[in-house]
Amino acid sequence: MHRALREKRSGLTPCDFETARIDTYAGKVPALDDLRVRRDLLDYDCRNNRLAQLCLEQDGFAGQVAAARDRHGAGRIGFYLGTSTSGLHATELAYRRRDPKTGALPADYRYAETQNAYSLGEFVRRYLGLTGPGFVVSSACSSTAKAFGNAARMITAGICDAAVVGGADSLCLMTLYGFHSLGLTSRGPCRPFDADRDGISIGEGAGFALIEKADRAESGAILLLGVGESSDAYHMSTPHPEGLGARIAMQQALDSAGLQPADIDYINLHGTATKTNDASEDKAVFEIFGPETPCSSTKGATGHLLGAAGITEAIVSILAIEHGLMPGSANTRSVDPALKSNYLLDSRNEEVTHVLTNSFGFGGSNCSLVLGVAQ
Amino acid sequence: MRVFVEGVGLLGPGLQGWEAARRVLAGEEPFRPASTLIVASDLLPAAERRRTPVPVKLALAVGQEAFQNAGRDAAATATVFTSSSGEGETLHHMCEALASTEREVSPTRFHNSVHNAAAGYWGIATRSREASTSLCAYDASFTAGLIEAMTQVVSWRKPVALIAYDQPYPEPLHSARPLLASFGAAFVLTPEATGRTSATFELEFLPGEEKPARMSDSALEELRLGVPAARALPLLEALARETQGNVVLDFLTETLRIAVIPC
Repeated sequence: MHRALREKRSGLTPCDFETARIDTYAGKVPALDDLRVRRDLLDYDCRNNRLAQLCLEQDGFAGQVAAARDRHGAGRIGFYLGTSTSGLHATELAYRRRDPKTGALPADYRYAETQNAYSLGEFVRRYLGLTGPGFVVSSACSSTAKAFGNAARMITAGICDAAVVGGADSLCLMTLYGFHSLGLTSRGPCRPFDADRDGISIGEGAGFALIEKADRAESGAILLLGVGESSDAYHMSTPHPEGLGARIAMQQALDSAGLQPADIDYINLHGTATKTNDASEDKAVFEIFGPETPCSSTKGATGHLLGAAGITEAIVSILAIEHGLMPGSANTRSVDPALKSNYLLDSRNEEVTHVLTNSFGFGGSNCSLVLGVAQ
Repeated sequence: MRVFVEGVGLLGPGLQGWEAARRVLAGEEPFRPASTLIVASDLLPAAERRRTPVPVKLALAVGQEAFQNAGRDAAATATVFTSSSGEGETLHHMCEALASTEREVSPTRFHNSVHNAAAGYWGIATRSREASTSLCAYDASFTAGLIEAMTQVVSWRKPVALIAYDQPYPEPLHSARPLLASFGAAFVLTPEATGRTSATFELEFLPGEEKPARMSDSALEELRLGVPAARALPLLEALARETQGNVVLDFLTETLRIAVIPC
């Protein structure tokens, strides 16, 4: 992934998801169409859980969790996961197959294992064989960033010794048509911070991380240093014009990390490429960090992964630290002159010690994380 | 983990507000199930009030009552929302529209469809810019919210409100996930005792399996089992009775015990 980010490759293609007829680009994971979830979990089979499983099988992650299970015991590993739309696409499909006489949903429709927001949590818990405490956070596009806060608090409070965080959000008609109805979908691949930006490209994606107590962290281990959470108290789907909630979240994340703005080497922005998000986030970032701190959005590469944006961009931030990479902005041609932060069009190779990453969602739900590295 | 209970809000069938319902839960008056009466919160501007879906109204109503009873400023307090069902009516309308050939979806319905719609409207209504989260753990959603809210109080040494709510789905979703009634419960929890503290909650995970607390009244027990948010009932009963006791709650593969100690 870090090579793709360095080279500013984009996974966005003209949207051909299912029966959607919307003139936009999307980030689709084609492998999901033919994938089935593990045999013992077939009740949970839906696009979102397929995506979660595909991700759990990458990079030896499931094996690392198994090793942690041996170390801590299955009951001492919690799971704090996020999703915005869960297995909603299963319900969309079921609504096309209603009984013409009674209106009933088809008999094979499984609500708890697909539609319910917790479906992802129970699927991942079972897939990994965990019996510790956990739940699903569903606060729209901040969900999987906030899950880091849940996990850190639970570990600190002694409720668990380790935790799996992350989650998945898969394409569905509701988000494609819904964002389109708000006039927020881009006609081409999205162009964060561009003067001509015209909206988001919806993507699907997943990511997971295993978090353990920091007291035994070895040199080079990635540290979660700070978490900031706030609410806009402004509007359900439009960010605060001055970025007030965003500013509170970033400041809290810095304060809880015990860091000054100048300590942050790179900011991974929420940067959705809507007119309003990028303008208000820029104001908030400029207010705290001024014109120097390099920042960029990676949504031109991935699209907006909605509930999975927090975890995937936390992973981008980890790659930034591990590879000394500040990724440039895929698809952005020229930065909007009205935006004042130090936005990176091109990737930079520089040592990165501290990263701040932003995730903001509908309902004015904001979360910022500060990540660093153990010396 | 120990927290102090400063205010409670409650709405359920025949449980019309905490002040009225506590007499029922204390056994001083009989439980007479009736439709849950949900009044739109006057905290919201009129335009927003009209647009809020029923689950949001329910969450705001119990949250507002808990803060009134606590005598605390909601604008300065973090919140944990928890719901198994989320926004069922909105989900139904969206799925109907998406199954039609026109696929015309309403932008307002779309932003109202998120699981954190109640949290979003709560922020707008109370002007609270504090942290707010929205959780789900299916039938264990109430317990999940309680653990998270208590952990926040202990971690941040700040008051936190827990707002649990579930609203039955319209058909055809109702048949796939039947919920018995509208039910909401809210608790304002603080790290230290205050002038309004009524009890403390002490949380402990239990080794081995213990049976969760049941309601002695069969109709209340049916309600407890019929709505995930109503898993709060044994805790509410312990508060209403103002006697020391232990409440065992199910949580996924585990159980936990809340020691309720009146102050």
